[in-house]
Amino acid sequence: MARPVSARNRRIRRVAGTALSLALTLLGLLLVTFIIGRVMPIDPVLKVVGDRASQAQYDAVYQAMGLDQPLAVQFLRYIGEVLTGDFGRSISTGQPVIQDIKRVFPATLELAALGTFIGVSIGVPLGVIAAARRGGWIDQIARVVALVGYSMPIFWLGLMGLLVFYGILGWVGGPGRQGIIYDGMVPQVTGMILVDSLIAGDWGAFRDAFSHIILPASLLGYYSLAYISRMTRSFMLEQLSAEYITTARVKGMSERAVVWRHAFRNISIPLVTVIALSFGSLLEGSVLTEIIFSWPGLGQYITNTLLAGDMNAVLGGTVVVGVCFIGLNLLSDILYRVLDPRSK
Amino acid sequence: MSTPLLSVKNLCVTFASRRGDFQAVRGVSFELGRERLGVVGESGSGKSMTGRAILGLVRPPGRVTADRMELEGQSILNLPERRMRKLRGSRISMVMQDPKFSLNPVMTVGDQIMESYRLHAGGGRAAARKKALEMLNAVRIRDPERVMDTYPHEVSGGMGQRIMIAMMLAPDPQILIADEPTSALDVSVRGEVLNIMDGLVRDRGMGLIFISHDLNLVARFCDRVLIMYAGRVVESLPARDLHNARHPYTQGLLRSQPRLDTPVERLPVLQREESWRSGELDPLPET
Ligand SMILES: Nc1ncnc2c1ncn2[C@@H]1O[C@H](COP(=O)(O)OP(=O)(O)O)[C@@H](O)[C@H]1O
Ligand SMILES: [Mg+2]
Repeated sequence: MARPVSARNRRIRRVAGTALSLALTLLGLLLVTFIIGRVMPIDPVLKVVGDRASQAQYDAVYQAMGLDQPLAVQFLRYIGEVLTGDFGRSISTGQPVIQDIKRVFPATLELAALGTFIGVSIGVPLGVIAAARRGGWIDQIARVVALVGYSMPIFWLGLMGLLVFYGILGWVGGPGRQGIIYDGMVPQVTGMILVDSLIAGDWGAFRDAFSHIILPASLLGYYSLAYISRMTRSFMLEQLSAEYITTARVKGMSERAVVWRHAFRNISIPLVTVIALSFGSLLEGSVLTEIIFSWPGLGQYITNTLLAGDMNAVLGGTVVVGVCFIGLNLLSDILYRVLDPRSK
Repeated sequence: MSTPLLSVKNLCVTFASRRGDFQAVRGVSFELGRERLGVVGESGSGKSMTGRAILGLVRPPGRVTADRMELEGQSILNLPERRMRKLRGSRISMVMQDPKFSLNPVMTVGDQIMESYRLHAGGGRAAARKKALEMLNAVRIRDPERVMDTYPHEVSGGMGQRIMIAMMLAPDPQILIADEPTSALDVSVRGEVLNIMDGLVRDRGMGLIFISHDLNLVARFCDRVLIMYAGRVVESLPARDLHNARHPYTQGLLRSQPRLDTPVERLPVLQREESWRSGELDPLPET
């Protein structure tokens, strides 16, 4: 049996290992964004001084930006800046990039969170039932749902959704996050309007924001549902053929209890990772949705600034998305350890 | 004679597939009293399928038919799932081969035993906990309080199998099917696990169906032996009469077992005959 001291040592070593791999991942991410920033055929100095500046002005700014320093020094400085939240100034908005991100990120987060919520709350039960009644009609429906999710272009579904539910039926709010009358009415706390309107106790604003977010969130939710239900189904099939499931049946358990209490408990562990990854991909990958629905989020911000050649903003946004991914990975790692008794 | 615990006549398990039907069990008949019945045969001879058919656990595309399958005179053949579930665990139970796979890896040992008890006896957690501790004691586990809170990966194979026995016997079934319960264990703990199981089964006056491919073990451990070959019972006889076996397959099995009293250079290889499959060789003597 392990003595407590060696157990503690092992834990410390594991935490240190995790921290090290985290730091290396982050370093890799920054190296990539740094290199992209250097090799892009966009002259950052010209972006500042304009193309009518004299050579002397140009050189002064060139030096002021530290571009005459060796690359390694520049990289170290870049790391320092990023760690203090300094991504430079955006040329398109004239604001520090970090300010812009603080403004647009909550919109994306809100959308991705609701999308993931929809994807999990439908996708997980659907996958479980599809596996438990393999070949039954629910399984067939789940298969079609996932197939459509994998093959239908999101912009088409989005436009159709707008046409039907907004244009024809008028059930939902149109593009944007809020109707005009509510714009700026809710005091900003988190930047997520659903949350802020609840904090302010403003039901009208909440309903308005909900009617705007529900369509794009359902759209994202549908894609995450397609992925989550497939993964859930295959995890479940694997568990349902395990011997301990036979044991549970021999005990005289109902099939429902066998499925949910025994098999599902075992898949909840890998499922955490799937959900975290799906959430991460919604954070980064909702660009098209944000554009179709005029959703002022991070995806739209990165796209617009990219088209304007505004590299500070693009790279800043990229770093934020990357850090979110790393954070989600870490979170699922931790949950894995908490949930799985075999990892202790 | 009083009604046997279990009476099976002409049991067949058929798997339908595109390439035609495959019969895993082909007309097995036997009766089980409060005794230890060994079922021996090579791998694939249909021993496990027989056990699962009795428990109603053959899943589609498998199909179970029989002329008779009775538990204490009451037919249990193709009972509706809801009624079969009441019998499973509480009246017929099963211990499987490898506790590494047959215990749920993310539930504590205690929860799994308590669940097995509460499914049939109902009652609160306190009563179930008391019963679980009692069962762990009965399978001679030291420090049961601590073991209750462990997870299956934290216990050894022999201990895992004792936990399995404790769990399956908690609701007091009358029949235990033990499907190769020691094949996956270290040789050093096999005897202990068998003794514990044997003691409990005797004390409770249960019927035991002991499935194994080890003829020596079964001969030593059981009262009566069924020899299975290709889905059929080819011979059925009291364990002590095994050396008088008439069927050439049984004789072949006996000859290919190593013996300490008369060691031989090289064990004979069993020569199979096609006629054994059809089972037309001998009309089964009732034992
Ligand atoms: N799901 C299944 N479909 C088709 N054949 C099966 C299935 N399960 C088991 N069998 C076949 O049934 C036969 C008997 O298997 P089993 O009872 O497990 O043998 P034993 O326990 O004696 O080794 C084997 O030939 C096996 O291939
Ligand atoms: Mg078997």
